[in-house]
Amino acid sequence: MAKRFSALLQFALVLALGYAIQMAMDAGMINRYYAHVMTVMAIFVVGAVSLNLINGICGQFSLGHAGFMAVGAYTAAIITKNPDLILPAIFTGNVRFILATLLGGMTAAFVGFLVGLPSLRLRGDYLAIVTLGFGEIIRILLLNWDFVGGASGYFGLVRHTNFFAAFLLSIITITIIRNFIQSSHGRACVSIREDEIAAETMGVPTTRYKVIAFVIASFFAGTAGSMMAHLTQMVTPASFTFILSIELLLMVVLGGLGSITGSIGAAIFLTYAAEALRAFRAYRMILYSLLLILIMLFRPKGLLGTQELSYGLLKESFKSLRTRWQRKKNDDITAAAE
Amino acid sequence: MAVLETINLTIRFGGLTAVSKFNISLEEGELVGLIGPNGAGKTTAFNMLTGVYQPSEGTIAFCDAPLCSATKALQPYQITRRGIARTFQNIRLFKELSVLDNVKIAYHQNVKYGLLPAFLHTGRYHAEEVEIEEKAIELLKIFGLDTKKSERAKNLPYGEQRRLEVARALATNPKLLLLDEPAAGMNPQETQQLMELINFIRKQFSLTILLIEHDMALVMGVCERIYVLDYGKIIAHGTPTEIRRNPKVIEAYLGEELVHA
Repeated sequence: MAKRFSALLQFALVLALGYAIQMAMDAGMINRYYAHVMTVMAIFVVGAVSLNLINGICGQFSLGHAGFMAVGAYTAAIITKNPDLILPAIFTGNVRFILATLLGGMTAAFVGFLVGLPSLRLRGDYLAIVTLGFGEIIRILLLNWDFVGGASGYFGLVRHTNFFAAFLLSIITITIIRNFIQSSHGRACVSIREDEIAAETMGVPTTRYKVIAFVIASFFAGTAGSMMAHLTQMVTPASFTFILSIELLLMVVLGGLGSITGSIGAAIFLTYAAEALRAFRAYRMILYSLLLILIMLFRPKGLLGTQELSYGLLKESFKSLRTRWQRKKNDDITAAAE
Repeated sequence: MAVLETINLTIRFGGLTAVSKFNISLEEGELVGLIGPNGAGKTTAFNMLTGVYQPSEGTIAFCDAPLCSATKALQPYQITRRGIARTFQNIRLFKELSVLDNVKIAYHQNVKYGLLPAFLHTGRYHAEEVEIEEKAIELLKIFGLDTKKSERAKNLPYGEQRRLEVARALATNPKLLLLDEPAAGMNPQETQQLMELINFIRKQFSLTILLIEHDMALVMGVCERIYVLDYGKIIAHGTPTEIRRNPKVIEAYLGEELVHA
């Protein structure tokens, strides 16, 4: 009971912090550009953490996360822009936006289920190819669908997303995915990553758990898409290209496959870096590829590996740093004595 | 009552018949050995019994219920849930996970809470998780691994990794345990300890055990009956003393005797 109470308290404190930042933004203490960047960061945290569930926790390789974001974004945009379509007109304003975001997530989850069921029976590279293809199919479909504006995009959305909304979504995503990983169902997913044959022989229905992880991740990708759409007030097929999937993948790989805190950190850092390097936007893809190659060469498990950043980990690495430093000092002393 | 009975189990990979007309029958509580030279098809037979491979022909019955026939075949996880557990020749632990988590995963089939309690960490989640943890630690104690429960599986010494694999298999609550070369790479002292452990768990968990092993001292020492497999066929079957004298077995292991020697 005490455990649950402290978990709730923690949750409330974090939300209060988010709300305080939002109030500071409203009061003009944080300039609008930074407010925007911080909101985008929160949305990318949702994208990266959910992709980590597939690629890091479950050990599968998906390259179609942008596709699921697109499904969520367009579904939600259609709902908020057409007051009597899909949802009855009694839902207006922010309530409509929240419901639209949930429905966007559910549609993405459903599509994830349809894509995942056949393709998750495949192993390794095949899944990457199928999801890559899926992402492109979604983009081309949207490109040719006149109802949502085709190539020029779907304009004139109301700006429902503020920092607090995106922050709240990211906290919910992190909490739910972290709780899932700590449960028996999450352990089943991790066992698939560690050794699929052994997992199956230990009584884990591997295909079912791969699909479950895929569907959960697709849901959150869909909600992130909706947030993005109602922040930029428009959706175009061009905002959900293969490059977005690669950006998310880079966040997951940089932070560490299987590390939630790693994904959060990497999402924040890379979003910031993309903004700071806006002048070199043309070279972005070169930078991303270089970064991916460098990580694979020097730190193939990502910055944090499968570990989570915690107080204990910090203390441990500080200790090992100190012993290393002391050993070096001792070596220097003996060297000097000689 | 036969715990396990296979009839004419055969598997072909392309033109190669890896195991042909494999007929074995295990009575409840027996400890039976399966031996044979390298490449005889012992592990392939295990893979058929656990559903990793689908046999080309033949049937498997477990406690009088079919596991695999011409019309249907169960998935490996379903077979595990029926009560067959196994270990692997080349240890297949969840290397990056803790010793405790390795065992906890094997309790997965008993977990009753759904996804929603998992997302929200409800009271039901906590209650069941505590129960699983207690059971897992109890099991680790039997194997003398409870003091290393937080260690990553890959950091354990070789002999302990083997023990952990047996512990993990037992956590699935099996009736039949298949051990694939449990003593491989162990020194004589460790092998001796392992023999004692196998005898102990067999009584403690009332298991039927089928064992693949190259270590003849171990096989002859603990098994009540032995099947000998060579080139995918069972060439002999009997008690250890019978097997030791069987000319066909000697031939398979040592080669044909020279007539004009």
